[in-house]
Amino acid sequence: MSFLEINDVNKQFATFTAVESFNLKIERGEFVSFLGPSGCGKTTTLRMVAGFEQPTHGVILLGDKDITYVPANKRNVGMVFQSYALFPNMNVWNNIAFGLKIARKPGALITERVNEMLDIIQMREFGNRYPHQLSGGQQQRVALARALAIQPDVLLLDEPLSALDAKIRVQLREEIRAIQRRLGITTIYVTHDQEEALSVSDRIVVMSKGRIEQVGSPKQIYNVPQTRFVASFVGTLNVLEAKAVDAYHIALDGQMLTVEAGIPPEQMNMTLTCALRPEAIRINTQETPGMNRLTGKVEDVGFLGSVVRVRVRTGAQTVRLDTFNTPDLNLPSVGEEATLQFPPGALLVLQPDRAALPA
Amino acid sequence: MIHRQSLWSWLCLAFILLYFFVPLYATFQFSLQAKRGQLGFTAYQNIFSAPDFSNSFLFSFQTALLTIAISMVLIIPTAYWVNLKLTWLRPIVEFLTLIPFVIPAVIVAFGLIRAYNRTLLTDSGEGVYVLLVGAYVSLSFPYMYRAVDTGLQAINVRTLTEAAQSLGASWIAILVRVIFPNIFRAVLTGAFITFAIAMGEFTIASLLSQPAFGPYMAATAARKVYEPSALAIVSFGLTWLCIAGVQILTRRNRGGRVPTALIR
Repeated sequence: MSFLEINDVNKQFATFTAVESFNLKIERGEFVSFLGPSGCGKTTTLRMVAGFEQPTHGVILLGDKDITYVPANKRNVGMVFQSYALFPNMNVWNNIAFGLKIARKPGALITERVNEMLDIIQMREFGNRYPHQLSGGQQQRVALARALAIQPDVLLLDEPLSALDAKIRVQLREEIRAIQRRLGITTIYVTHDQEEALSVSDRIVVMSKGRIEQVGSPKQIYNVPQTRFVASFVGTLNVLEAKAVDAYHIALDGQMLTVEAGIPPEQMNMTLTCALRPEAIRINTQETPGMNRLTGKVEDVGFLGSVVRVRVRTGAQTVRLDTFNTPDLNLPSVGEEATLQFPPGALLVLQPDRAALPA
Repeated sequence: MIHRQSLWSWLCLAFILLYFFVPLYATFQFSLQAKRGQLGFTAYQNIFSAPDFSNSFLFSFQTALLTIAISMVLIIPTAYWVNLKLTWLRPIVEFLTLIPFVIPAVIVAFGLIRAYNRTLLTDSGEGVYVLLVGAYVSLSFPYMYRAVDTGLQAINVRTLTEAAQSLGASWIAILVRVIFPNIFRAVLTGAFITFAIAMGEFTIASLLSQPAFGPYMAATAARKVYEPSALAIVSFGLTWLCIAGVQILTRRNRGGRVPTALIR
């Protein structure tokens, strides 16, 4: 049995469905991210796990206990908010101790636990400061310590780094992950930042319009996106349309390409949506047997520092490729003809959008 | 051009200050003339030594404290719930806060007497006192509610509540340990205004025949010459003390005490 199960959960508001048919099993100690754009239902789902929203139907199980309708203050679920939500009237020490005092823990235990938390977040000397005397990153560390102090069964983080600047975000997400690993606490992390999700998660749940698009490890989500939405949302991706020629070949702007994984039979008569990562493509290199080749005209060459991004028009569509900015790099000029090469395994045929499926 | 505008502003300010302080000074000077031929505080000594003064003052003081306590118990949870769960109720509540301004105090008093006639509330001294406190609670409702509501809107009530809930706090614990301390200054603002209202109120106390400070001041004005002026100055002083208390508390904002991430 999984540690946390969210079974067929729906959340219907008056005028729209925020979450639809959400099914997920999370193991103990796992770090799972809910990733998606604003309004996709990730925060609503998190709030249902926390107990701040009630599902319209469905069941949430924590261990063998049905917590679907258990009040939020009885679930032993720690939460970290985007706005930190530290209590302004309490200093750092009392903020962290709050949950322990509510649970009427002995004074000695509270002192020991709070000091332990302060050491974990490396803010031992900040105990007497008030929230308004702390930076954003410090406040979020204290919020994390406060949530962890009660030793929750599950830790929930609702876009905890969104209010921070980029440098602090990177540093803090690594700290959060390190603490989570050290304590072995089951964690659900909500974010719209794909880099954040890819870097810290054991598994990612990509959501769109209230539904799960794909669940998988960061590597799976990035390398093998199953839908157009996942392919375009996670990482930079070429999304191209083609027609099936046979089970392993497609025609893209009149040029024949090989698809290593093959084309599902039900999609043979449809316009195919294919994904191709920019970093898998090479430009104007020596012809290699077995590689797919596309020819086109260079439309743009963009210098991005360590990476150079080239845009090539193959016909009605454009293909973007990234190449490292090496000293011996010989870049094509805009308007030149170019030949692109990439392995058949890099070309993925995506599942059609739900709207395109037959009823 | 700017120089002329600022001169005009200073002139207006000077005129308003004179308009306010000249009569006040005249009242104060008159109150010092109780002893013929010399200025002194005889009138003040007379009023402070009068047993009716201390009795009525203490009566109104006790009534004011009771009014504040009952208002806080009623209004803080109500305002909290309206802010948190019943935001659709806000326009209705705001309309209700206007009613004490619209209905004259004499109508309130007659209404209470008529509504509770031949009940315990009108058949005993204690009952009438309950009516008086109830009337004062409704009189102070706009001030207390708006003060508390302003305090609640300055903090993110929903997120603070959810944070406390996630840490295991009950509704009472949330109100007492999280919400109330963070709106304490706002509550005090409402409390000071309620105090000033209860101390100086005349109509309802008089119609309910209560030995309050307001009727005492009116009775003194009818019987004495210099003492009413002294009482007027004492009343002003009391009101200014309350206002000063509000100003000191609201200005003493501990350097942006509420973290900006919390303000909606």
